[in-house]
Amino acid sequence: MTTQPLRIADRTFHSRLFTGTGKFSSVQLMEDALVASGSELVTMALKRVDVRNSQDDLLRHLRHPGLHLLPNTSGVRTAREAVFAAQLAREALETNWLKLEIHPDPRYLLPDPVETLRAAEELVKLGFVVLPYIHADPVLCKRLEEVGVAAVMPLGAPIGSNQGLLTREFLEIIIGQSRVPVVVDAGIGAPSHAAAALELGADAVLVNTAIAVAGQPVQMAQAFRLAVEAGRLAYEAHLAVPTLHAEASSPLTAFLD
Amino acid sequence: MSFRPIFDAHRWDEVKASIYAKTAADVERALAAPRRTLDDFKALISPAAAPYLEPMARLSRQLTERRFGRTMQLYVPLYLSNECQNICTYCGFSMDNKLRRRTLSQVEMLQEAAVLKQWGYEHVLLVTGEANQTVDVDYLEKALYTLRPHFAQLSMEVQPLDQPDYERLMRAGLHSVLVYQETYHQQDYKKHHPKGRKSNFHYRLDTPDRLGRAGIHKMGLGVLIGLEDWRTDSFFTALHLDYLQRTYWQTRYSLSFPRLRPAEGLLQPKVEMTDRELVQLICAYRLLHEEVELSLSTRETATFRNHALRLGITSLSAGSKTNPGGYAVAPESLEQFEISDERSPAEIAALLRQQGYEPVWKDWDAALST
Repeated sequence: MTTQPLRIADRTFHSRLFTGTGKFSSVQLMEDALVASGSELVTMALKRVDVRNSQDDLLRHLRHPGLHLLPNTSGVRTAREAVFAAQLAREALETNWLKLEIHPDPRYLLPDPVETLRAAEELVKLGFVVLPYIHADPVLCKRLEEVGVAAVMPLGAPIGSNQGLLTREFLEIIIGQSRVPVVVDAGIGAPSHAAAALELGADAVLVNTAIAVAGQPVQMAQAFRLAVEAGRLAYEAHLAVPTLHAEASSPLTAFLD
Repeated sequence: MSFRPIFDAHRWDEVKASIYAKTAADVERALAAPRRTLDDFKALISPAAAPYLEPMARLSRQLTERRFGRTMQLYVPLYLSNECQNICTYCGFSMDNKLRRRTLSQVEMLQEAAVLKQWGYEHVLLVTGEANQTVDVDYLEKALYTLRPHFAQLSMEVQPLDQPDYERLMRAGLHSVLVYQETYHQQDYKKHHPKGRKSNFHYRLDTPDRLGRAGIHKMGLGVLIGLEDWRTDSFFTALHLDYLQRTYWQTRYSLSFPRLRPAEGLLQPKVEMTDRELVQLICAYRLLHEEVELSLSTRETATFRNHALRLGITSLSAGSKTNPGGYAVAPESLEQFEISDERSPAEIAALLRQQGYEPVWKDWDAALST
């Protein structure tokens, strides 16, 4: 049984698991894990690659048919720096897709909502397909949607923390009112977290640390692939609603019918 | 606003006594805490923590892997000058060492850079002594403009400067600055730095504030281990870092733990730190700050580095020469100190891979600092 494909901008994805490229103990292991994850969209930090070198080790291991690169602006602190980095990435990597990350706080890597909105507006005007990494802030998501981003990427918990969906209530609001795909990014530490995000109705999740630092990254990537598939299947199958009250199998008001 | 009032509110002897009074129960509480405080840090660097080295190391490794993955950044120092107008009792560049001095020209810098590029380096630390007639801000600015096209990230370990000078050098491509206080023991600082601009303790103490106000991307802190009681000095480093993180919250921080090494004219270190104690300090810093970069230079032996790199370290230097021109131009010039680990960058990269780490040569791009 297959689930509905996901459409973002001009692309269709059959996998709802997006992955990252940081923290792996080798680029070969990264490549093996990405393949096992079934991911079709992979983000990589512009700062890690030598964009002038077509033989860059990281880039070489990311060239797979069907695998799309999503360069990110990790490291920038302002909208101005982000726009500059985006233009560099577009020119060097020949993609107008961009994960917009502006986290001036190096300690918790929390995104700056003001600079992110500012940058997103300008980048959309410049023709980028912008996927911004943001707090789970429903109002900000609507503001970003209005300036034309292709998806929103709210965090589940601080990046790299593996704490899961700490922002669950806000994610529900965001998902409930969004007109663009919602990709839960950051904080997902276990396949069960990913499944829970998809069950909530998130369109996709982005996972890096939980796979890269697992004891067996390739196996964990596969576990995430299965969890995301299960979560989406469950969402499309419409979950039973939890209740505090016992539901009698013979309704008490049946005699009225 | 500056660190000075916080520093002045702490008395060296009282801090030292409070560290040495920590008990096993304090250490256990610190280990179990979800977020550790400066008081927990005191417990972790205290003698009472010595029996807990293994659990500290395990936790430190786990936190480091979660934050940084199994990656290790590689950097290399590029000494531009050994001219110096300071007298420092522990340094080979000290003005009272009557040896031939050398300051690299721009052509020579590029010759040195070519070797480092060939080795694969993208992150370079520019180092000088303090000689304001020759190695001044103009010289440093020229060096940055000369080397900027060739490397992804340029850092500096030079004399403390005024805020406008830092701002000027950042426009020329400076990404990070390392400035060690050497020791936070104000009285003994004077004994170790009897002559030269460096003898001004407070100007040095205020340097991170000037860097923070200039908006530097990253700054490196530390003390020179061997000058004074390392536990007390390390607490003051942590206190300084805590203040800086709260004040200049957009800046990244790194810490180093240079132990005194043999050098021309060096006095015997006042305090000797054992390998076990250095591991304890590395782990204690990691347990206090999961995100701070911890760096281990070639001052340490190959054996120590082989093992310690797994316990919390996130960046290593390799193939280092501590003399200007040491890579290509003038291999025999005066070195600042003798290095211990003489393995090449390729050997260190191979070692890292063998231990399950990805050597990271590039983790910044000059284009990001526009």
